[in-house]
Amino acid sequence: MKESIKKLEQLGEKVLKDVEKGENPNLDIPLRTLSNVKYDKKTGMLTIGDKSAKRYFFNVAHAKKFMQTMMVAAFTKELLEEGIHTSLRDAFYALKRTFPNSNENTFDEQSESDPIIVDIEVALDILREQLHLSADVRGRVVGDVVIEDRGDSVDWSKLGSGGWSMPSNVEEIKFKKVKADFILVIEKNAAFERLHEDKFWQKHKCILLTTQGQAARGVRRVIQRLSSEFKLPVYVLTDIDSYGLYIYSVIKRGSISLSHVSDRLGTPNAKFLGLTMDDIEKYGLQKFTIKAEDTDIKRAQELMNYEWFKSPDWQRQLKMLMQKKIKAELEALSGRGLKFMTETYLPEKLKKKEFLD
Amino acid sequence: MAEQRVLTAEEMAKTMREVSVAEFFEKNRHLLGYENTTKALITIIKELVDNSLDACDEAGILPDIKVQIKEVGPDRFRISNEDNGPGVVAEKVPFAFGSLLYGSKFHRLRQSRGTQGIGVSGAILYSQLTAGKHAKVSASTGKALHDFEIGIDVAKNQPHVFSHKEQKNPDNWHGIRIEMEAEGRYIEGKQSVAEYLKQTAIANPHAKIVYDGPNGKINFDRVLKEVPKQPKEIRPHPYGIELGILRRMLAGTKARNVVGFLTSEFSRVGKGSAEQICKLAKIEFSRKAQSLTHEESERLHKAMQMVKLIAPPTDVLSPMGEHVITEGLKKELKADFYVAISRSPTVYRGYPFQVEVGIAYGGELQQEGTAQLFRFGNKVPLLYHQSDCATASAATEVNWRSYGLSQSGGGLPQGPVAILIHFASVWVPFTSEGKQAIAEYPEIVKEIKLALQDAGRKLSHFVNQRRRAQAQAMRRQIFERYMPVVAESLSKLTKRDEKTILKKFEDVIKKRAAIMAEAEKSEEENKEGKEDVGEVIGESMVEVEEGNEEKNEKDKEKKKGEEE
Repeated sequence: MKESIKKLEQLGEKVLKDVEKGENPNLDIPLRTLSNVKYDKKTGMLTIGDKSAKRYFFNVAHAKKFMQTMMVAAFTKELLEEGIHTSLRDAFYALKRTFPNSNENTFDEQSESDPIIVDIEVALDILREQLHLSADVRGRVVGDVVIEDRGDSVDWSKLGSGGWSMPSNVEEIKFKKVKADFILVIEKNAAFERLHEDKFWQKHKCILLTTQGQAARGVRRVIQRLSSEFKLPVYVLTDIDSYGLYIYSVIKRGSISLSHVSDRLGTPNAKFLGLTMDDIEKYGLQKFTIKAEDTDIKRAQELMNYEWFKSPDWQRQLKMLMQKKIKAELEALSGRGLKFMTETYLPEKLKKKEFLD
Repeated sequence: MAEQRVLTAEEMAKTMREVSVAEFFEKNRHLLGYENTTKALITIIKELVDNSLDACDEAGILPDIKVQIKEVGPDRFRISNEDNGPGVVAEKVPFAFGSLLYGSKFHRLRQSRGTQGIGVSGAILYSQLTAGKHAKVSASTGKALHDFEIGIDVAKNQPHVFSHKEQKNPDNWHGIRIEMEAEGRYIEGKQSVAEYLKQTAIANPHAKIVYDGPNGKINFDRVLKEVPKQPKEIRPHPYGIELGILRRMLAGTKARNVVGFLTSEFSRVGKGSAEQICKLAKIEFSRKAQSLTHEESERLHKAMQMVKLIAPPTDVLSPMGEHVITEGLKKELKADFYVAISRSPTVYRGYPFQVEVGIAYGGELQQEGTAQLFRFGNKVPLLYHQSDCATASAATEVNWRSYGLSQSGGGLPQGPVAILIHFASVWVPFTSEGKQAIAEYPEIVKEIKLALQDAGRKLSHFVNQRRRAQAQAMRRQIFERYMPVVAESLSKLTKRDEKTILKKFEDVIKKRAAIMAEAEKSEEENKEGKEDVGEVIGESMVEVEEGNEEKNEKDKEKKKGEEE
């Protein structure tokens, strides 16, 4: 924590020095774009490159963001000094104000302050969690697991239908007991609830986890920790569309815009269980497919170009998607009967070890 | 059937008589600009002031003009005008002011303000008609002072002198003072006496005009001390001549034969050209001009248009000049920028003419609304019939937007702009006797447009420069707005004094011009599409991170799907 405060101080001193020298005050911010992301074949994860851009104060296009960056830096320093934690939403409201004699606000939307926080995270190499900032709770998990969270013991098997909601910051959580052979990560809540009600996790001795859309940082950290600390294989179940495939990719490789923290959030040994384009025919789901829109096709083309999707298996899946112009959601399995997923599809896939890597 | 009374030719002849010019205009006073009481006042002032300016210019005197309008009853005004011109010799005073079409100007081709010899007499006629009083005219050439009371015998178009007194003139005053009463209505605004005098002052910065009106005194000061260059008189050029005028000239010439007539009465016609015209018209060289038949004069007129001749001389005009226009505009309009363009003289229908324009921009000119247009024909302001005027159509045809002004389709530019257009010629082609609009000959419209475009280009330099300065001020404003917040944050980060930090930022703005210039440059680069960091991932679908998932519509759809 002291180190983080020091880094924030140094940032301030640097800017101050620029001004004193009569120079245009500026910050170096690493680029978080595709062009500055590298795929590391050894670790199987995305890492950030060394390209960065300067953000100047005396530059009309940069001035506002520069000002916002300074505000966020000062705010997080106060959080650290006082030892308080807060949410991204709170941070936004704490920083939002109107300039005197104008209609302009320091920040208009949370979507402005969130990326600035990541800018500081990347520029100073401090994790957001270390800046005492957290996101909203998202993602749920069940299984034969007991943890300790802020002194409380929580048994994931005894939380009824809801399961345990994963917080944004899971660094301090301790795993007391973990009885499972693998982790099943599911994109959608509906499928998660189906499997939970059918006691799938008990029958198949697994941890059942839903990301509820794109996986939040806390969720990704939980998956990584369980997988690495307890040597558990991770299987990912998503829709077969470009969106679902990228959810899998983020869990496994890290994301493009947060490539600087892949080593803390990525789980390179995660495997893709389904749905695959082959599953559609194999399990008779043709009737339940959806037409792929132009944006789906365009996005699929982009995925094909990513280095980490270059394996023949993935190229084949994506090509099929683009040629057939169809996609399928997990709900398609319910077309074959509500218990089809629990009793037929998943057991068969797991037994045959039909995974894509 | 009732018996019908039938007039015999003899009876009809009894009722017929010659109608005098004065009588004609008494009945058709709208042709002279007296169609309503508001315009009548302006027309009277215009005739008096134009007359004074012409007289002074011709005599090389810097004009000192005093104009007075006093309300003496309901819709009744006493108007007086005094100049320091050369005056008029006593014998000529009654004819100069008491009969129409007398003056010296109608018979010659020379640039001057008045042209028809009706002006002042017309005003006196109107006064007599509406107020029933005679005009008081005082005139002196510097010797004795002559005071007249003059009226017009309408039936005969003859002056009627009611009194004539000769007085001593100890100060050797010279000039003319005219006083009359007339029916009128006094208003202020775009078409008013005050506006007429203001525009006159713009066009004549060498004149001093003191106006004492119903609403108080206005001084239009003299800012230039040079009398304008005198225009020269020229003979008509064959290309512009009307058939009727040609016939009148044929009848009145002193030349012995047709060839002599052509060479002596027209400019740019030598013996060779004259003989060529006669050959074309199939008229013998030696024919007496007066003896030509109707058909022959028509053939002559046609032939005159067909023979190739040199254009008339163009050094005969008296333009205002770029300097005078600029000074005139500066004098009456508080603007930030002035430009004037004098085109070289050129020719329409055998008449030399010259176009000049001026533009004033910014300052105290009205920010909103359409530009003001000041139109002048031979230095005389034109207040009426703007939409029929060649100046207005040329001004609306110019694409002002390319010079940095706003302009809504097919109109004058918008914003703080005043446009002056001066048309000078030995013969101004007015659309009517009211002399308020210049006819739209293509040659004329084209010249005006070229002048306006030239001035527009110069204006655009200024407008762009100012726009850049404004953008710079805006940028500075942005920096100044953010600086306190940055200083506050830096103070929190470094535990240094906030005010000291702010001061340091202010110093950069004040002292580091190079940085500010750089800020400008990089802004332009950014406009060209370079992105700031962290904005775009370069993908069609932005990855959704926790916390800002609302941003992505697709994700919303997904979530909705889950809930159902």
